[in-house]
Formats: sequence, structure tokens, C-alpha cells
Amino acid sequence: MEPASGLRLDHNHKLSLKEFPYIIRWRDDRCKRCGKCTAVCPVKAIEATVKVQRFVKSEGPVPTPSAVRNITHVVEQVTDMERYCTGCGTCTLVCPNEAIEPEFNPQNKFLHYKNKGGDGYKRGGRRNDPSLSTLDRLKFTRISMLTDPALDAGRHEFRVRTLLGRIMNPEDLPLKTNGSILEIDKTRNAFIPPVREIFPIMIGSMSIGALSPPMWEGLAMGVAYLNEVEGLPVVMCSGEGGMSPRLLRSRYLKYFIIQIASGYFGWDEIVRAIPHMVEDPAAIEIKYGQGAKPGDGGLLMAQKVLKLIAKIRGVPQFVDLASPPTHQTKYSIEEAVAKMIQSMSMAWGFRVPVYPKISGTKTARAVLNNLARNPYAAALCIDGEDGGTGAAYNVSMDKMGHPIASNLRECYLDLVKQGKQNELPLIAAGGIGKKGNLAANAAALIMLGASGVAIGKYIMQAAADCFGDEYNRCNLCNTGKCPRGITTQDPKLYRRLDSDKVAERVVEVFKAADVELRKIFAPMGRSTELPIGMSDGLSIDDPAMAERLGISYAC
Amino acid sequence: MCRLAAVTSKDYISPMEPILALETMKEGHDGSGLGLTLKNLGGEFEKLKKYPVLSGICSKEGKKILDDFMKKQGFKLKHEWAPKTKPMKNIQARDFYFARAYEYPAEYKNKTMQEKEELLMNTRLAIRKIGEPNESIFAFSFYPDVITIKEVGDPLEVANFFGLDKDGLKAKIVLAQGRQNTNYAIYLYACHPFFIQGYCSMTNGENTAFVPIREFLMGRGFPGYIGYNSDSEVFTHILHYTARQLKFPITYYKDVITPLKATEIEQRPDKDALRLIKQSLRPLCIDGPNMVIGFMPDGTCFMVHDSKKLRPGVVGGVKGKYALMSEECGVDSAIPKRDRSKDIFPMKYDMVIISPDAQEVKVWNQLQG
Repeated sequence: MEPASGLRLDHNHKLSLKEFPYIIRWRDDRCKRCGKCTAVCPVKAIEATVKVQRFVKSEGPVPTPSAVRNITHVVEQVTDMERYCTGCGTCTLVCPNEAIEPEFNPQNKFLHYKNKGGDGYKRGGRRNDPSLSTLDRLKFTRISMLTDPALDAGRHEFRVRTLLGRIMNPEDLPLKTNGSILEIDKTRNAFIPPVREIFPIMIGSMSIGALSPPMWEGLAMGVAYLNEVEGLPVVMCSGEGGMSPRLLRSRYLKYFIIQIASGYFGWDEIVRAIPHMVEDPAAIEIKYGQGAKPGDGGLLMAQKVLKLIAKIRGVPQFVDLASPPTHQTKYSIEEAVAKMIQSMSMAWGFRVPVYPKISGTKTARAVLNNLARNPYAAALCIDGEDGGTGAAYNVSMDKMGHPIASNLRECYLDLVKQGKQNELPLIAAGGIGKKGNLAANAAALIMLGASGVAIGKYIMQAAADCFGDEYNRCNLCNTGKCPRGITTQDPKLYRRLDSDKVAERVVEVFKAADVELRKIFAPMGRSTELPIGMSDGLSIDDPAMAERLGISYAC
Repeated sequence: MCRLAAVTSKDYISPMEPILALETMKEGHDGSGLGLTLKNLGGEFEKLKKYPVLSGICSKEGKKILDDFMKKQGFKLKHEWAPKTKPMKNIQARDFYFARAYEYPAEYKNKTMQEKEELLMNTRLAIRKIGEPNESIFAFSFYPDVITIKEVGDPLEVANFFGLDKDGLKAKIVLAQGRQNTNYAIYLYACHPFFIQGYCSMTNGENTAFVPIREFLMGRGFPGYIGYNSDSEVFTHILHYTARQLKFPITYYKDVITPLKATEIEQRPDKDALRLIKQSLRPLCIDGPNMVIGFMPDGTCFMVHDSKKLRPGVVGGVKGKYALMSEECGVDSAIPKRDRSKDIFPMKYDMVIISPDAQEVKVWNQLQG
């Protein structure tokens, strides 16, 4: 019998486990009580506790049941919403006896409660939408079959390359004929914009600070290896937050796109390094928006601003680093964006392509048309709603933004109408490889009109085993407690990540994507140039989507 | 696969020569049509070289509309060629086939050739627009010294239907295509060769890069870049765009449709220009499998194919007469008396260029420039 005073008689004030997104399945019979799971849990969602248990025993030749009360040690999931199980499964990884595992609870009412203190739920990761994206519904249906021979992905020469940079209208090329050959007419003093030939899949902007040192280093090493050893010109974007001073002064800088965002973090160091740069960067990306949290600024939580990050960014340690939603100088696109592009171009003597990145939005075409008229704008990167982030409000991630497929397509078709589809490359991002189909998603976007694509979450998953998925698994990037050591600045956590292994995986991922792209392009009879805008090659199993994208419907 | 036969000669030849060559290449069902373009006309057109010739087909109603339209535009009929058609079992005869030489409207007599070319093309496009909805008029070309003839059926039967074996129609350059229709409904505007302002080409194979190329061309703001009932029409328009609009020398056609790799470009003396051309004309890169035979306004003929050489071609002949064919047996038919060991099978980087009047054959190598 319970004591009559001092304790409440019921537990109605508590949440039941049914409200939680993940429920821990713990097996008493397998657990040896080593405590590894409770020690490793990044959110302390489980704890070791003791319980009194009643056992019925019977010994002897005839049943003589008797009850015994034992005190036992158990692992229990807490019902505190601040310590909810994120489903990361680190406990399962460390358990020697497969005694513990989180299980997704589709009936959860997590979002009903995750606003304690009057603040909305913040997290890292991606949009929690496990449904099949448009990109994954696109199929390649124009197969070369007898009327024209399909190519051989293993034998024919393939050039899976794209151009990053403003491309001149052929009618404006400063050329003159000299006998039977053409040469540059220097008397015309024409500005020839810088253009890079790159692999069409690039690593999108993820900052030092958002990523742990071994993660960023692993990506950077992988990219350098791909370029120098494999001859695959993959580029990667720094994200906002600068780059290592040594890297800025190294010959490897040419494989990196440096990002400038509204907080200008890291730019003191970058500007100081410009006179000492031995190579130009691949490009400069001006971030105006991010697909995961459109219209929202960047945020690096104080707990991630450790010594190294503080030094690179030129800020004090342990302060929240918020980048405002807009650039403070951004008065209007006509004036300020043009000036920003101009200033960045000027900083590198107009030798580096400078392009803006915006989040997917219905207003993308307005931005695009403005850039189309600016001969210094090198490209436009559009980041769709399925993009990822290190920290944002859940509502921004789940509900704000525009899917990339139709946004990219309408922008491309707008350029086609103006005959400028080759002049201003479109880079698509957000949700590429969401279900693991990296090459297929990339190829589909290319055929819808993208010149290239950028990936973030995919490479974190594929190269560093990020736990995150569309069921809100893990998504702790904002807390600095990444159990994989990917998005943390805590040495105890990032020790778990081996930068060499990350680099190795980056190389494997891109080599495999290169092969897979060929396997898509070869049966479609394309090998010499990227099939940008080859929309006749695509179909979708939904008539409305087909109409919206201007492709065929196939079922 | 379409069969292609072209002959360029210093003397006037009968269009039957390439048509008979087509016949030697015939394999299986092959009766989707015949397209013929004749340049440097002989016979009854020999003395009419400066007058633009409108080639086409019309119905009875179409004829009246055409006459009224041309009159209204100020064109005066100078001469008309109409074939004496012979009924054939498999050919559905249309009302009137014609090639009419006109006098320019009075206000154009002293204008430049470029202005005249604009007028001729715009007139052809206007006629096409009037006649296309009900197929009352087809206008294939409207240009001095050029005739285009097209009809659906087996090429040899079509030639007999037109009585080309007996007709005195002759030319120094004849491009003939035996069409093997695959993807698209049989439609006369989809039939090669295609012609625009002095530039003409025909192609075999499928053009896998058709849509991006078409979109790029249509975005040039040039009124003649329309149609595209066949994915091969873009080859003619790329030629026109490269040579006439951008004023690039002929060899750059190869550089546009099959651009070199970045490392290969570095070996070329014109590498700086080439790099820019490759970037700016990236959407015009073809991926084959295609072989293209064409001619330029000055009578230069050429053969080129995609970089994978999945549709090979052959050029052979003697000084003063060369044949450009999709198969060797076609060359044997057109020019049997030649040194076969000197036949040219252009490779990946090659462009075969034959000078006007078939005086000289040059194999231009893209790697060396």
C-alpha cells in the first residue's frame, strides 16, 4: 500500500511515453547493466534506475508459488520532454548485447509539447517529411533503343562536367577572323567573365563551426584528393564562417567556394589573406537565403563557439553567433546586390565568379531576371525546402520554403524565353540524395535545367554516418552534442570521427556518383556535354506535376 | 536509319545520280520519303541564277492563295518548273509541285544580298504560316539557284513519280535523303535536307540533344529558327548560326557541334577563342549518333559526324566530282571510276571539306586546327 501522505497518488501530470517520438525498447533479459547506453546518450533520455519487482517462485515437486520482492537495476526512458529520445540509436551502437533500441512512434504528440518556456522547438537537420519527393518520382524514360545506339558507360568517353561562371552571349564574344582561324579581338577591351569547369555535383555550404574540425577537414581532404588524384574537379563551399588561414594561403584554395553571408563571419581573416593567396578560390557565394530556413538568419549556438572557431571567425568565445536574416547593406536588389557582386569581384580582380544563393521561393524568378541583366552575376544557386541546416526553428524547417523541382524549372524556362539559359548557370540544392539517389536526383535536376547541384546532408550521411533522417531522428546539430562528432566542437565527441575515413568516403561517394551519372546518361545517348535542360528525357507519374514541369507523364 | 547521298561536281548532273546511289544503300522498309536539294542549277534554270526560286507544293486552293500573296508582296513570276508526275501506286499525288523563279519586288532590286535574304526567308515563313494549318501550301526553300523537292514514298519511286529521269533538271550540287521515318509521323516539313539562307544540310541518326539545342536556337531571336518537325533541322540552323550569324569560318561548325576537351583545346593555336566558343555555344553540342552532310552558300560541301562516330560516312571521287555518302556502296554507284584506296572515312576529329566545283578535298583535323 502506498504511503498516505507526502506523495501524490497518481501520475496524471506526467507525459506518457506514447507522446514521445521515439520509445526505447529495452530488454531486461539481455541487459548486463554495463551502463554504456546511459553514458553515451546525448540527451540523457535514458537513465539507470532501481525498481522493486515482484517475482513468483515455485520450487519442489508440486506447485507451491510464493512471491518474492527483489530490487533490480533497470534502464528507463525519462518522460521529460526536454530529454526526449531523439532516436539517434547511439545506445544501440554501444550496447554489447543488443538489449536496447529506440523505436519510432508515429502516434507521437511531440510538437504539442516541445515549446517549454514559450520558445518554439529548435533543432538541426532537415525537413521532417519522409514522403517521396518530386525528385525521386522523376524517371528517365527516353532510352536510346535501336533507332539510335545507347552509349557504353564503360567504353565511351564521357565528360560529366559543368560550367560555373557567367557565360557570354555568343553574339558578344570579342572575336575576329585571322585567315581561317578565330582569335580574341583585344581592341574591343571586352570583359570576359571567369568561368570554372567543375563536376556538376558540389558540396554545398557547411561552415567550420557548424561542422567539427575532423568533419570539415575530411571533406576538404576528400575534395582535394578528388581533384588532384582522381581528376574529378569537385568543389566545395566554405559556408559562412571563414576558412583556416593556412588553407586560404594554400594552392588548394582553388577547390573551394568561399561564402559570404549576412554575419560576415570569418571575413576579417579572408580579407587579410587576399594578398597572400597563391590561387584564386573557385568562386564566391553570397548567401542571401537558405532553403531549410528561408528568410531566417544563421545561428551558431554559443556552445559551439570554441577557441578555434572564435579565432577563425574573429569573435569572442562562447557567444551566440547570429547572422541576420538579411545583409545589412541590402537595400534593393538593383543596387545593393549588384554592388555586393561587384565588390567581391573587385576583391579578386574580376578573376573569380561571384554568385548569390537564395532559398527556393516564388520570387526566385524576380531575382533571376535581375541577375540575368547583371553581366557580373556568375550564377544563381537556389536552395529548396528540403535543404538542411545546423540550427533553426522547427517551423521554419518543416513549413517554410519552396520545393526545388518546380522552382528550378520555372527559372530555367524563364531563361529559355530570354535565350539566356546558357549564360546564367542555375545551381540547384535542397533534398538531393534525400532517399540516397544522389546521381539520379542530380541528373533529373540537370535535365530540368540545372547546371549543377549542391549537396549537404547527403554527404554527412554518406561520408560520416550522420544519423539524421526525415523522422526527426537525432537532429541535434544545434546543440553541439552530435553523437557522431559531425556537428560538434566538443573534442570528446569529435574524437569519434576520423577525418581520413571521412575523406575516403567523400572520394568513394563522388566516384560512385560519376559512374552512376554515366549509367544514366549513356542509355540516353548523352556523353559529350551535360544534358542540361534535356527535359524530353524525363517523365513523372503524375499528370499535374508533368504539366507543371513541362515534361511528359508516364505511368 | 536515313540514307544520305550527296554529289558535288564541276559539271551539271542529274539528281538521279544520288537517288540511284540511295537505292544501293536500301535495306528493308525504307519508304518514308525523298528529300532533294539542288544547288547551282542547270537545265532550264541555268540562265536564271540571280532570281530567287520558291520550291514547294500546293493544293488548288493553295495555288490561288500563293499567287495572290506573291503578287501582293511584289514578286513577279519569271519562270515555273512543274514536274510531269506519273501516277504511282504507293505515292499519293498532291495537286501542284513547283519551283518558281521570281523577280524581286521593285524596291529590292538594288538592295544588298543580306537584305534580299531577309525578304526571301520572311516571305517563305509567311507562306508556310498561311499554308501549314490545312496543308494547302508547303514552301521548302526560297533562294536564288536552289530547288528543294520532297515527297513521301520510296525514294526511287518518288523520283520516277516526278519523272526526274526524263526531266532536264540538273545541278552541280545535289543532296538526296532517303528518309526512314521512326519517331515522328510522316510529315513533309520533317523531311531533309533543310535549307535556310544559302545553308543546307541533311543528317542521319537520332539527335539525342535535340530539345536543349532547339530551345537555344529558338532563343536567338532569329525568325527563321522555327519548325523543328525533325530533330535534324537543328543541324542546318546551327550551321547557319555559326557561319552566317556569328561569321565563324566553316571549320568552327565542327568545334561547335563536337567541342574538344579542355586539354585538347590547349593544343590548338586558337585556344583562347575556342575556349570561349565552347562555353558560349555549349547547348549546341550534339551527342549523336549523327552524320551531317551539307553545303555552304559558296558551294563548299562538307561531311562531319558526332565524336563517337556511331553514324559513319564516306567521301570519294575524282577531281571535279565527289560523292558524300552514308555508305560506301553509294559512292560506288555515283562515281564508280575512282581510286577507292583514296576514299575518305572521316574519323572522330575530322571534317571533310570539298571546295566549290569539287576541285579540292581537304580533311580538316580538329585536334590540329
